[in-house]
Amino acid sequence: MAKGQGAALDRKKLLADPIMVTTIVVLIAFLTLFILYPLAILLVDSFVGDGGFGFSVFKRIFQIPTFTKAITNTLKVGFVVGIISTLVGLLFAYVEVYVRMNKFVGGLFKVVSMLPVVSPPFVLSLSMIMLFGKAGIITRHLLGIYDNSVYGFWGITIVQSLTFFPVCYMMLKGLLKNIDPSLEEAARDMGASRFKVFSSVTLPLLLPGLGNAFLVTFIESIADFANPMIIGGSYDTLATTIYLQITGAYDKPGAAAMAVVLLVITLGMFAVQKYVLEKKTAATLTGKASRARMLMEDRSVKIPLTVFCAAIALFVILMYICVPIGALFPTWGYKFFPLTFKWFKLVFTRYKGFKAFKDSFLLSIISAPITALLSMIISYLVVKKKFKAKGFIEAVSMLAMAVPGTVLGVGYIRGFSSGIFHTGFMQGLYGSAAILVIVFVVRSLPTGTRSGISALRQIDKSIEESAYDMGADSFKVFMTVTLPLIKDSFLSGLVTAFVRSITAISAIILLVTPQFLLITVQINEFAEKGSYGLACAFASILIFITYGSVLLMNLFIKYFGTSRKLKEAE
Amino acid sequence: MEKTKKGVRLEHISKIYKDPKTNKDFYAVKDTSLEIKPGSFVTLLGPSGCGKTTTLRMIAGFESPDEGEIYLGDEPINELTPNKRDTAMVFQSYALLPHYNIFDNVAYGLKLRKMPKDVIKEKVMKILDLVELTGMESRMTNQLSGGQQQRVALARALVIEPSVLLFDEPLSNLDAKLRVQMRTEIRRIQQEVGITAIYVTHDQSEAMAISDNIIIMNKGVVAQMGTPEEIYYHPVDEFVADFIGEANFLKGKCVEVGDKYSVLDFENKRLTVPTREGGMERGKEYTAVLRPEAAKLGDEGGLECKVIVSCFMGSYQNYHVMVGDTLVKLEDHNPKNRKVYRVGDTCHLLVDTDSLHVL
Repeated sequence: MAKGQGAALDRKKLLADPIMVTTIVVLIAFLTLFILYPLAILLVDSFVGDGGFGFSVFKRIFQIPTFTKAITNTLKVGFVVGIISTLVGLLFAYVEVYVRMNKFVGGLFKVVSMLPVVSPPFVLSLSMIMLFGKAGIITRHLLGIYDNSVYGFWGITIVQSLTFFPVCYMMLKGLLKNIDPSLEEAARDMGASRFKVFSSVTLPLLLPGLGNAFLVTFIESIADFANPMIIGGSYDTLATTIYLQITGAYDKPGAAAMAVVLLVITLGMFAVQKYVLEKKTAATLTGKASRARMLMEDRSVKIPLTVFCAAIALFVILMYICVPIGALFPTWGYKFFPLTFKWFKLVFTRYKGFKAFKDSFLLSIISAPITALLSMIISYLVVKKKFKAKGFIEAVSMLAMAVPGTVLGVGYIRGFSSGIFHTGFMQGLYGSAAILVIVFVVRSLPTGTRSGISALRQIDKSIEESAYDMGADSFKVFMTVTLPLIKDSFLSGLVTAFVRSITAISAIILLVTPQFLLITVQINEFAEKGSYGLACAFASILIFITYGSVLLMNLFIKYFGTSRKLKEAE
Repeated sequence: MEKTKKGVRLEHISKIYKDPKTNKDFYAVKDTSLEIKPGSFVTLLGPSGCGKTTTLRMIAGFESPDEGEIYLGDEPINELTPNKRDTAMVFQSYALLPHYNIFDNVAYGLKLRKMPKDVIKEKVMKILDLVELTGMESRMTNQLSGGQQQRVALARALVIEPSVLLFDEPLSNLDAKLRVQMRTEIRRIQQEVGITAIYVTHDQSEAMAISDNIIIMNKGVVAQMGTPEEIYYHPVDEFVADFIGEANFLKGKCVEVGDKYSVLDFENKRLTVPTREGGMERGKEYTAVLRPEAAKLGDEGGLECKVIVSCFMGSYQNYHVMVGDTLVKLEDHNPKNRKVYRVGDTCHLLVDTDSLHVL
């Protein structure tokens, strides 16, 4: 059997579409240059960095005690955070899907699920310090404890768990909703108690999903830079150690080798998550629920579960609110009244708040549409087209998902500061606004692509085929059919990309040059110095921007989105 | 639609797919050659997985053949993308664009051809009139019933005046009554426009009702091509006979060969059959196809048999009888004033000799 002719014809048909070919070529070039190349250069650097090929750089860094300590620290935190987040996320998901809740608790849940989207980094760390630190409102002023230390292992663990559990909650909610209620009803019907149903039906079905949630959180925790930076104290993780290796020790080859170690760990986890657990999850939970589930009304179950979840949710919300309020106190921890706007004033008068606002905002607003469009194009190609390089595009955009920001940052420094392959070619890129935009794009691309893929999978293949059949070329099909149909998802991708960019820190902090002031970098600086009033003021502005843009998006989708048009017609 | 009608020709077309389970290549369509005459209505019929939809999609250009060449009229079209082919397809799921109203859906293809606005309007209105959807232009697609959506899909395909109209199981999402109504409608419109139509279905009655010619496909190859009558009365093999309508297979050794009639030794009884075209040989095994409506039960004559199922179906009485070891299914139409045999009765199977067909 020779499939040659069919493949050749497919290729010919593809080549007959110049826009499509250009798009693919440009895309491959972009992914290679800005994702693969920086990672490759890290490998090269760490093997030849000290002159001569070999393991000398690795030998050297493994003799640095802070580095080996950082590895164990990172893994320990990641493991504990993974477990706590998964359990709390499971509890939230279970309560939402199985228990009848009143409106207030339902609202709390919604807020919690939205927080990871709008939350800038540091916020929880800041409020953790402000609430429970040495001068914390709760520890010092309510409980009278004067020497409580929030810095270190538990500080990071608690803050990261609170940051990441909503992600687990959303993942597990989706899975629980896919369990056919009749499976559990059948078990109930045969005499199993509620707990037995949970342990013998629900849990086994969910197990791969739990593993998946655990690993996703684990990876997030390992890659997290912002929280360990602020609340870690002397407890260094890999991300912060790498940062210090560059900014403190000026040891770039060493940092590159460390970045490779971090990358290997996350890639390993990611491979397990992607190829083992995700497949298993899909295999056990395939069906859609046949009908609505009977919600639990039993007060003895309902009240403790909802109260517990509501308490956690309220606590998280309190921590967020703490930041803008903290910005209003004259001196945090010592003088609370009268409330004052002096920190905000200082931000804008003395600390170039306007410039920081403008730079962050402009760079993010430029990168958001690029990210959104690029991720839609990638998802379109991956879902709807077949061509040889598709596997490459899919793999590289997935790879970007597993690369920690710090690793990417180091890769960009090594890869672009002295031009491509240290030749000086394209050296102008380094330090420019363009490279910051590119980093923003690359960092948000995976999320956008993932949601784009799931949105596109919902569209019946034949709708696009019919347009193609009517005489539209690929570009026309994409513009007149695909894009309008995923307008909502495109919009939310746009806003997510914007929010992710304006709140980004891990990669950007390594690349930003003095000519640009970014809000997140400012927050980091002031929090490091202990100027919590200023840090809070900056953070409040950031929260205001992100929350505002999400609200705007929701309004926009409500009034102009496709779903509304279709709903109206029904 | 003053356009020269075009036929479709497939020359030794094959399509190879990979079986996702075994990871082995197999022929979805194998060495298929077809000639579809201009202006005719041809149906590709077969069980699921027989290659009919793949064949249609290769004609539309969504799939590329691994072997062979497809011609539209005299032009080879292998290398043309779907948007460059002069074909239009009506999809199983209708595939209307949900963000457009009916008018814009139908006008989509015309707009792509950059026609002036007034011409588009005129053409769309004319075609909507043809499919009896006048006055619905400004509705959204989800405000229409399934049947109406299918009419829009048909209108959209017709309005660009393609040389060939392709149908991919267009009625399978409709309920039974509407299906019958729509197939008459499709046939009427095809005749009115005089367009070449290729229609894929797995529903044999739909195929019979609608087509000039039926192509029966099985496991990627064409089993038989012919008019509905040819295929029903003269199936080439057991697969075709069984797939189209119901069929009983009466097997036996040929014991006598005559010009017009021959005799098979069927279950140790003599069964007279029409002599096969191309002759028969004494001593060889043959299979005679008996349609359920081509035999009756009686008290004497014919072949002795035993009733094992007797079931009233309204318009007919359904019998299963055993002749020796062979099960024969019968339909006795309009049974109201006739003797009804019960399970366990012994009676006689009276076969209409001229209705038998020897394979």
